[in-house]
Amino acid sequence: MSNAATFDTRTDTAIPVESPLAYSYRRSGAPQAGGSSRLQLRERAMLGHLILRGGAIVLDEAVRDVLGLNLPGRPQTLVQDASGERSIQWLSPDEWLVIVPGGEEFPLETKLREHLGSAHFAISDVSGGQTLLEISGEAARELLMKTVIYDVHPSNFPVGKGVTTVFAKATTIIRRPSEDRWELVVRRSFADYCYRWLLDAGAEFGVNVQQ
Amino acid sequence: MFYIYCPYCGEHREEEEFHPKGQAHIERPKEPEACSDEEWGNYLFFRDNPRGVHHEMWVHAVGCRKFFNMTRHTVSYEILETYKMGEQPSITADSQAKPREAAAVSQQEGVRA
Repeated sequence: MSNAATFDTRTDTAIPVESPLAYSYRRSGAPQAGGSSRLQLRERAMLGHLILRGGAIVLDEAVRDVLGLNLPGRPQTLVQDASGERSIQWLSPDEWLVIVPGGEEFPLETKLREHLGSAHFAISDVSGGQTLLEISGEAARELLMKTVIYDVHPSNFPVGKGVTTVFAKATTIIRRPSEDRWELVVRRSFADYCYRWLLDAGAEFGVNVQQ
Repeated sequence: MFYIYCPYCGEHREEEEFHPKGQAHIERPKEPEACSDEEWGNYLFFRDNPRGVHHEMWVHAVGCRKFFNMTRHTVSYEILETYKMGEQPSITADSQAKPREAAAVSQQEGVRA
């Protein structure tokens, strides 16, 4: 076990917890286009986000034992478990993003630390710093095409890929977990901006926001 | 706009994701205390400004956030190659000055990189 100080960021106290988009819902609302909608937008708030840093070989063994997933070794790859709830994404040659259901991140971090022992690594809990937006529907790719500088054509962006790129001038991770679903991992501080951008850009497709 | 190959991401990305970080292969003197003022001043302040092949350091600021090196032609702006930190360039001003046949081969590689 490493001697790093850790603590569970989720408290038992009954304090109200708000998603990064709570303010946006109040200020900008959540448009409903109904049946004519070609685009669905949903925030998956309060998930557990961990950043793993270290050598691929050391981390791979620990991640496989603890999480049951292989660490993606190739650039821009995304690995998910069968349920699609837990995922690991390559961010850089020594950095990976793990997303797990909310509440699982601290036990996971503890187990990984125990497993890795005195190896050279770092784990940071960034759950409070970013949020995950999910876009789906037939116009999802069209929306991305007018928003990101990266080529999102299926030939360049197959399922199981994830890249960090520029999304409407904000740094955003764009992932494609399945054929018809795209995920954006945005900074908490940029969440309102990205949300309003998505509403504006999605207006022509009749965006449907699911809260 | 440049379309830059990041050697860590293994693909071409838009220039918007990168920042230039100045001349590459500048080594900090091992013993600064033992340097003359001129040596230290050269290390700190003086940079090459060639007309032709130039080795630069860039960072993939929005992508993998790694630094890497780029060989670039300062007249044509052509990116001849990109390579990881710690590696040596395969295209240099000397290799470009060689007879045409050798240069043509490395030019082609540069376009691919």
